[in-house]
Amino acid sequence: MASDFGKADVPTLFEESVEGRVGVSLFEEDENTDSLLENVVPQCFRRSLPLGLPELSELQVMRHFIRLSNRTLGVDTTFYPLGSCTMKYNPKVNELTAADERFLYTHPFQPQRTLQGILKICFELCQWLGELTGLRGVSLQPAAGAHGEFTALLIAKAYFRERGESQRTQVLVPDTAHGTNPASAARCGFVPVAIKSKNGKVDLDELQRHIGEKTACLMITNPNTLGLFEDAICEISHRVHEAGGLVYLDGANFNAMVGRVRPSDFGADLMHINLHKTFSVPHGSGGPGAGPICVREELAKYLPVPILSCRDGFYYLEYDRPHSVGRVRSFLGNIPNVVRAYTYIAQLGYEGLCEVSGFAVLHANYLLHLLSSSFDVPYGARCMHEFVIDGSRQKKFGVKALDIAKKLLDYGYHPPTTYFPLIVPEALMVEPTETENKETLESFANAMIEISNIAETHPEEITDAPRTTPVSRLDELSAARNPVVVWPNV
Amino acid sequence: MRNNPFIQTTELQEQEMLAAIGARSLDELFSEQIPPSLLTSEAGSLPSPCGELELVRRLKDLASQCKSATDVVSFLGGGCYDHFIPAAVDHIANRSEFLTAYTPYQPEASQGALQAFFEYQTLMARLYAMDVSNASLYDGASALGEAVFLALSVHPDRKRVILPFTLHPHYREVVRSYVQHLDVEVVEIEHRGGVTDCEKLKEVAANEAAAVVSVQPNFFGCLEDVDAFSDAARRANAVFIAVADPLSLGLLKPPGEYGADVAVGEGQPLGLRTYLGGESLGIFTCRWDYLRRMPGRLVGLTRDREGKRGYVLTLQTREQHIRREKATSNICTNHAHNALRATIFLSLVGPQGLRAIARKCARNLALFKSWIASESADAVAFRQPAFRETVIRLNTNANVVCEKLLERGFFAGIPLEILGPAYEDLLLVAVTEKRTDAEIKSFVKALREFLA
Repeated sequence: MASDFGKADVPTLFEESVEGRVGVSLFEEDENTDSLLENVVPQCFRRSLPLGLPELSELQVMRHFIRLSNRTLGVDTTFYPLGSCTMKYNPKVNELTAADERFLYTHPFQPQRTLQGILKICFELCQWLGELTGLRGVSLQPAAGAHGEFTALLIAKAYFRERGESQRTQVLVPDTAHGTNPASAARCGFVPVAIKSKNGKVDLDELQRHIGEKTACLMITNPNTLGLFEDAICEISHRVHEAGGLVYLDGANFNAMVGRVRPSDFGADLMHINLHKTFSVPHGSGGPGAGPICVREELAKYLPVPILSCRDGFYYLEYDRPHSVGRVRSFLGNIPNVVRAYTYIAQLGYEGLCEVSGFAVLHANYLLHLLSSSFDVPYGARCMHEFVIDGSRQKKFGVKALDIAKKLLDYGYHPPTTYFPLIVPEALMVEPTETENKETLESFANAMIEISNIAETHPEEITDAPRTTPVSRLDELSAARNPVVVWPNV
Repeated sequence: MRNNPFIQTTELQEQEMLAAIGARSLDELFSEQIPPSLLTSEAGSLPSPCGELELVRRLKDLASQCKSATDVVSFLGGGCYDHFIPAAVDHIANRSEFLTAYTPYQPEASQGALQAFFEYQTLMARLYAMDVSNASLYDGASALGEAVFLALSVHPDRKRVILPFTLHPHYREVVRSYVQHLDVEVVEIEHRGGVTDCEKLKEVAANEAAAVVSVQPNFFGCLEDVDAFSDAARRANAVFIAVADPLSLGLLKPPGEYGADVAVGEGQPLGLRTYLGGESLGIFTCRWDYLRRMPGRLVGLTRDREGKRGYVLTLQTREQHIRREKATSNICTNHAHNALRATIFLSLVGPQGLRAIARKCARNLALFKSWIASESADAVAFRQPAFRETVIRLNTNANVVCEKLLERGFFAGIPLEILGPAYEDLLLVAVTEKRTDAEIKSFVKALREFLA
């Protein structure tokens, strides 16, 4: 048995299974069960195949998953500067408030007078998001950012349909955008048109060339994925509006400006917000997040049903919305995350939120400054909440951005986002967030600089990384060529 | 002194960092990069900061303005169920490492999460008796939306999607929302006595259907003749999509046994809380042939450089971050942590436990139906085989009855007026394994005066 627990292989649940073992004590089956079942579920409806679930004790299950947790890095383990993902610290008080039994076991079909507290939370969060964005029509229904994009584009589609402008089939997407933008546009039946950027920002001439009668929306990320604020944003929005189009803001980078800039002021008509980025909801190893959308008042009539309303202090769900695009999921939204985000905003208040954006930007600039002597900085010395450095200098020694990322694991850090945005060849996209401290930023910078130095003299030490993780570099190619995505049945 | 526990940077450090980067203040970092007309400092309706002690008190106060299944005996279902959750589920799922990690893009740092999702995929594939499962979608309704998109991609020339009316109304609405911009007709097949009219189904499906959707159990709790759906889909050469409740599969025939091409479901009954319907899990499984058309994340088994077993995200060329507008779906963040809860839940209950829970649900429903029938033969609206849920006919509007029963300590069920005015005297009642015989008995007694 290896002593370094994190490295020891963990057999699958299916290998650990022992016939006859149970993990939970249930109930004695009543004598009348068989005869009662005869009528309600006749034999022909019943399962004949075995369930194939593992048979494990509670202790086995505990150890299995605790070992798996030891093989997983989270924000609570280490610095996690994954660009565009806003891996900030997730306050624990949010977990406490969201785990109140009175919230946990509420049901969406309860009489609404028994749900006033939680409906008030939903309603007030909508108001706060409306205030922060200046876009007062809010739906909490979308389950994630991409789901919000899809929902908002359905709204755009409905808006143009009602105006008799169904010829507007194109969505303009700058080449720095997240992949979800073109994918969501295509999902809604729009044709995404890539807009080339110039010096890291939207090129106005290039934009002008593509704007026209077919333009439905511009989908823009601001600050963009290079961490740059599109300072011509008012002009950009103006041109889109002049041409009769709408401006959609991808709110993934809202942490850079929360409290300080209201997107409606620069012409955004619709946007989504990732509660799991800006508003401290834990990322859960890949969700659930929440992707509420905020839209201008004249677009609010298209929001998914139901919406939250309040009359004379009574909170209720409003269904009678003839222009609505309809539902995009069952029930109301990822409500546990609504409670977490509500708790976060209630604790920090407006002042605290301004500190969030302030320190997110300060920390990013400080880290960029520390790294700029050792790495190529393609887009200048100033950034918003994140920045992209280019590993091309290191690549000359045979060390790619991917290798640098893997070596960082040996220093105990989660790597930045790699190879994104696509316009920077050896991109490393770094977002330190407001919740880290100066010591961490400096140690991380030192690790990066050391890696760069080793790259020049002993590149094989970097390309061989990681060496301290439970597994060394994995063969992704053969995984895709010969996919094994379930454990075989014996 | 800063009174913000989530900003560690002291005032001195702030000054040091500003000096290093050559800026005078935080505000200057913004005014340098953003047109000044866009900068605001208006709090509007946003709250003032609040200390943790007061914050917890405030949230507790809001919680006290709610009732939940901990205060009231609940017979609510309709796609969101009050099932047993072993204590160890919370204990494990709340591990910080799982909670505060993101999508495992760096597999060497995320072997634990990746292995858990690989195990989740295996559990779902086995439960549904399908070849493969993805690593989760948002919820059952949007999983069906994705399945319909898959079917439309298989049959780009076909323009019809066939749904049973007995499908959860939210699922029907989501499918309609998802395809509203496409030239696709969504056809709903009426029910007769609580189950789909299969003659009608055959007739409609034969005509150029891209997808035929079945549901088991249906929204009324009734068991459908799923083989008839399977036949209809097969004859029309349409993609056969089965919606199935995962917990029911401890007892009921799984979609793989009746020929489903794609099987989806809502994973909430597997260890997730009812939480106003907000703790959901979209299960998506399919036949091997559709592996490369699947939406969402997929974890695959591989080896490291030393030949050690390891896990990675695989077939990523299906996905938006690689394929952009040509991706099989736009999904990025999924419902990983809810999938983890389901994995832990199934590991703990095992095959015996899942079977026992499913049998207890069916047994409790049978007991309830027989007691209701002995009070009033007409009150059992549909006399079909059923699982966990059934429809009761009342002598007045169901909303009124729900209000009256709330006073006696029951969430009586879902007034089916949501399906249309013809359903206003019908009540959908769910009886899970958590309800005791005594609770069921007193509920029947309380319902007595309102039965048709």
